[in-house]
Amino acid sequence: MALSAEEVAKIAKLSRLNITPDEAQSYAKDLSAILEYVNQLSAVDVSTVEAMTHVHGSKNVFRADQAEESMPVKEVLSNAPDVSGQFIRVPLVVEHNTEH
Amino acid sequence: MSDLTLQSISELRDGFAKKSFSALEVTEAYIKRIEKRSSLNAFLTVVADKAISEARQADQELAKGGSANKPLLGVPVAIKDVLLTKGVRTTCASKMLDNFVPPYSATAFQKLCDAGAIMLGKTNMDEFAMGASNENSAYGAVRNPWDESRVPGGSSGGSAAAVAARLAPIALGSDTGGSIRQPASLCSIVGIKPTYGRVSRWGLVAFASSLDQIGPFARNVRDAAIVTKVIAGHDRRDSTSMELAVPDYEAVLGRSVKGLRIGVPKEYFAEGINAEVEKSVRQAISELTRLGAQVVEISLPHTPLALAVYYIIAPAEASSNLARYDGVRYGHRASKAKDLMDLYCQTRAEGFGREVKRRIMIGSYVLSSGYYDAYYNQAQKVRALVAQDFKNAFAQHCDVIACPASPTTAFKIGEKSADPLAMYLADIFTVHVNLVGLPGIVVPCGFDSQKLPIGLQLIGKPFDEETLFQTAYAYEQATAWHKELPLEGK
Repeated sequence: MALSAEEVAKIAKLSRLNITPDEAQSYAKDLSAILEYVNQLSAVDVSTVEAMTHVHGSKNVFRADQAEESMPVKEVLSNAPDVSGQFIRVPLVVEHNTEH
Repeated sequence: MSDLTLQSISELRDGFAKKSFSALEVTEAYIKRIEKRSSLNAFLTVVADKAISEARQADQELAKGGSANKPLLGVPVAIKDVLLTKGVRTTCASKMLDNFVPPYSATAFQKLCDAGAIMLGKTNMDEFAMGASNENSAYGAVRNPWDESRVPGGSSGGSAAAVAARLAPIALGSDTGGSIRQPASLCSIVGIKPTYGRVSRWGLVAFASSLDQIGPFARNVRDAAIVTKVIAGHDRRDSTSMELAVPDYEAVLGRSVKGLRIGVPKEYFAEGINAEVEKSVRQAISELTRLGAQVVEISLPHTPLALAVYYIIAPAEASSNLARYDGVRYGHRASKAKDLMDLYCQTRAEGFGREVKRRIMIGSYVLSSGYYDAYYNQAQKVRALVAQDFKNAFAQHCDVIACPASPTTAFKIGEKSADPLAMYLADIFTVHVNLVGLPGIVVPCGFDSQKLPIGLQLIGKPFDEETLFQTAYAYEQATAWHKELPLEGK
């Protein structure tokens, strides 16, 4: 189950991680070994089994649909790297179309 | 006054009541020891002034007769840096959260505070709880108090080292694949991972949400029982916490283990276990039969597959949980990002360590289109088979299961860090418990020929922490392992 450096580069992009080509090679080695190990599960007969997603099987734990106190904005923004008024400033998300 | 740091919770309460010593003296004694043993690197943040001020307040309350609903009044505690503590820096041992100060506290921590406990500081850990040696911290490795050239285990290595070295009488850790139980085993202390859903995960920085649980470390079973009772209980802010009454765990201590059926799973004593570890654990099981318990050989046939299941499910859940670290709202932000995509990719490249990146990438891969069925879905099905093994064993053969917590004693710093897979094998006896959501406790059961600790693991039925405490206490009281202390150089 060997991953190539190219495949790792794709996975890194999916994971929103910048990695250098050297790192891609190095991670390829690590990840291939791990995937090789976990691949042993493919041989297991699971034809009669349901996937287990929650250990105690509780379902749909809801609360009443009533508005409650939220965290004050000042606290919410207390760890923000770049604040402008009540907003967090980030690089441009949507490009301006300067042509009409 | 160094013997103040030898007192158990009950002895502290007693001493406070008799005015033999004050909460301030106890807190100061622990702060002194933290400074003295700073080479262990167990703490990332120490809140000495805050602790002292809280200790003075505790003394005022004690002078007025204390409080019946503050069972930990004046008792110092160390908190793993994966738990949010309002106003006190919380890093998860990652550069990603180097400057993060939480605006709210974890429920489990708040419950300790409400019970009167005094936080000494935040302990070191493997970054984002990913590791079995505490070598993955962005702030340096933690050293095992029994041999400083060796690891204390992980990911709650700082909390374990702190309790073992008497830097705190109790500490909170978290356990996703063994991160309380394995360090407890390597450091000769008691550690318990309660049943999934027993303790609220609100304010626990998420690693793998279907596996994570919070639990205490202590130097004896009674203290662990006291703390578990304080932190357990339903919390409406954690929809996976169960609406079940919390028993008085102290009340079962002292109950006989006569007739208790102890399942010994043959697959746990197969390849890969160190001979001295096996010997100690088997001797511990014999001791329990001497106390009246019965041993039943059982089989948990899917045991060898559990690690593979874990290393698909845990990274998958982690890749989702760690997506929030994007440099936007809190934590590290890359300084020269050219656009939003670059902001995400560069922030995360700078903020996360290697092991965290490895696990995020494994997780993304096994969840990605074309691989989801073969890996993630398949793993969730094998998980059901692992769960079925335990269900059958408890239904037909035994009340509790006994086995090792770690295949080895504490290994040298650097010994396994070059090979991720070698490190993953450290979890071989602990992951099943998380996958199935069962409670598991570790209690000291001996040392190897190099005086390195060995722990006995007991696994219980869902929500049956009582049987674990009862059994662990019976074993502890019949032996003297818990009285041993690591030596300290000059």
